[in-house]
Amino acid sequence: MTHQDDLLLVTSSPHMVSPDSVPAAMRDVLIALGPALAAAIYFFRLPALLVILACTVSAYVAELACLKVMKKETPREYSAIVTGLLLAFCLPPTLPLWMAALGSAFAIVIAKHLFGGLGQNIFNPSLIGRAFLLASFPVAMTTWVNPIDGVSSASPLGIMKEGLGENLPTIGHLIVGNITGSLGETSALAILLGGIYLLYRKHIDWRIPGSFLGTVFVLTSVVAAVKGEGLWYPLFHLFAGGLFLGAFFMATDWVTSPVTKLGRVIFGAGCGALVVLIRLKGGYPEGVAYSILLMNVATPLIDRYTRARVFGGVKSHA
Amino acid sequence: MRKATFKGGIHLVGHKEMTCGLETIPAPVPDRVYIPLSQHIGAPCAPLVVVGEEVKKGQRIGEGKGFVSSPIHASVSGKVVAIDLREHPGGSFVPCIVIENDGKEEWADSVRPAGDPALLDAGEIRQIISDAGIVGLGGATFPAHVKYSPVEGKRIEAVILNGVECEPYITADHRLMLERPERIVAGLQYIMRSVGCDRGVIAIEDNKMDAVSLMEQAAAAADNISVVVLREKYPQGSEKQLIYACTGKQVPAGALPLAVGVIVNNVGTAAAIADAVEKGTPLIERYVTVSGSGIRKPANFLVRIGTLFHELIAQCGGYSGEIEKIIAGGPMMGKTVFSDQLPVVKGSSGIVVLRREAAREAREYACVRCAKCIDVCPAFLEPTSLVKMAKRSAWEEAEKSDVMSCIECGSCVYSCPAKIQLIQYIRRAKQAVLASKPKAA
Repeated sequence: MTHQDDLLLVTSSPHMVSPDSVPAAMRDVLIALGPALAAAIYFFRLPALLVILACTVSAYVAELACLKVMKKETPREYSAIVTGLLLAFCLPPTLPLWMAALGSAFAIVIAKHLFGGLGQNIFNPSLIGRAFLLASFPVAMTTWVNPIDGVSSASPLGIMKEGLGENLPTIGHLIVGNITGSLGETSALAILLGGIYLLYRKHIDWRIPGSFLGTVFVLTSVVAAVKGEGLWYPLFHLFAGGLFLGAFFMATDWVTSPVTKLGRVIFGAGCGALVVLIRLKGGYPEGVAYSILLMNVATPLIDRYTRARVFGGVKSHA
Repeated sequence: MRKATFKGGIHLVGHKEMTCGLETIPAPVPDRVYIPLSQHIGAPCAPLVVVGEEVKKGQRIGEGKGFVSSPIHASVSGKVVAIDLREHPGGSFVPCIVIENDGKEEWADSVRPAGDPALLDAGEIRQIISDAGIVGLGGATFPAHVKYSPVEGKRIEAVILNGVECEPYITADHRLMLERPERIVAGLQYIMRSVGCDRGVIAIEDNKMDAVSLMEQAAAAADNISVVVLREKYPQGSEKQLIYACTGKQVPAGALPLAVGVIVNNVGTAAAIADAVEKGTPLIERYVTVSGSGIRKPANFLVRIGTLFHELIAQCGGYSGEIEKIIAGGPMMGKTVFSDQLPVVKGSSGIVVLRREAAREAREYACVRCAKCIDVCPAFLEPTSLVKMAKRSAWEEAEKSDVMSCIECGSCVYSCPAKIQLIQYIRRAKQAVLASKPKAA
């Protein structure tokens, strides 16, 4: 007979939990970003590495400062580093480092902590950081270099916007990533690898990238049919710009995307439609960041109207 | 072979290999048994004996008032030495009859078959079940005869026996199906007769294929009984999820299985009913699994009601390592208890002892809206939203968001990467909603 005097621990069920945790999930996101990180450094060399360091260090310092100032005691996790890294991935490799650091700090302080911190922000912080930088430093944010010769040149989507069809890179180049663009977005292949890892680890739902990419492909196919262009046209839209990065890493952000399965389909499709609209009719050559930010706003509404009916619930006649 | 399932739920590490291959051992009959007077859902029993009185094994020693109640029987012969308040595995203190075992194992005269089982009518079978003190042995302990009583205008289309046993570690039902399959089938047939139903289903998860084949053999002669194999997933054994998997029907929220013409019982309940009808034996013993990381030699036992936990644990070679929790039931829905000085009751399917683990994560992170709780919720609720409502005491909103449909299976807490104890908030919301209702007369 034991435990005659000592009372045992009594707690609420369940008494078993999965090994999943927020820090482990963030670690997995960092692992998933590995291939794109390697591609960025391979194609854009030291400048890319420096921008990445500026963003991640700045994000982490800003995070610690916010927690300190707001007197928040939270267990350590790596979400700020993910935010910084994702922001760096959608910046030009030649961006002055102070701008990169400023954008990153803005993302953490304004877009995350002023909204209540982890889990409370309405907008994707990295994309807010990018939007802030684009609005503040439009020239620096749209100055691109070609990774092969280091010469300034327009981005593929910029070339398309200007109607300079003959200068466009091939689809093969878009997939590999040795093209002009933001430092972490050019290699569709590297991003896809990371995306597949996140899907495999069940951190993201295929519905968001699936409906996002699918919508862009379908809509641009329709445009191609009307214009009399070939299959290259929708494929170009699929692999150019920040679409893959946005679809796998930004739109899938837990905090700012819908929690229901149907909601995720609607969210992804909305992002896709907005990207096509901005690219073809808007003033900017690229629209991934703004499309996701706009759909972030719609997330609470989408969640409300796509809530599942309770098990055994009666059909509503509304 | 059809492998049905339900939507939502989680895949758990079962830990069942620790005991599923071990034949059930009759646990030594203790010198003293501690029999609580409340071992069922419904009105508690009043004692029918006084301190000092001699009792026989199987003698009725407690009886409840009201229809939703179930009598209590002596599990040994001997002398009543105390009737006092003692801690129950359910968490509260209830009146308890303590019997000193005289070792004679003398049966009471009342323990005899009520007649030729083949000639009993539905009402007589229900009476036998009621007299034998049989309650749902899956853990809910709802008096069985109440479930089988006819309800005006309701026809029972199927009786489903629950052999799913989806709680990790527990293998009592698995062993019962392997060791007494023909008793389960006989019991199912009595239940079907008592409710006038000609379709019986025995539902088993696909992690117990040996039990599936034995149950199929046992039921081979009965062409109105089929065995359904379900995919291994938690909480497959939950009543409404089980009915959905077996019949494709959703029991309406807030309603009983009867609403879709189904009665669900545990396989152990069926076996107990067979014994009651054919031999007249009341419910005085049951299968119990004792397992977990903190048990030296896990085992399955046939245990007299009223045997203390620590006596079974001693039979297992005692504890192993530093003990953190003793769970009455399985680790997902079982209740932790303060000590091992508690009796096995009719609803005790298992005793799971967990060792202290240094790595256990205690810190709670902010909800990151990953929606894992929503994906796994078998009731299709949004646990994280309910938690947010509970945190700001928005009880009406929680009620409108169907908080009362939560079955407290724990899948959300299991899956939450932020380690949020969602169930605690949800239970609180349920309590608050209940408290806001006028008491039913």
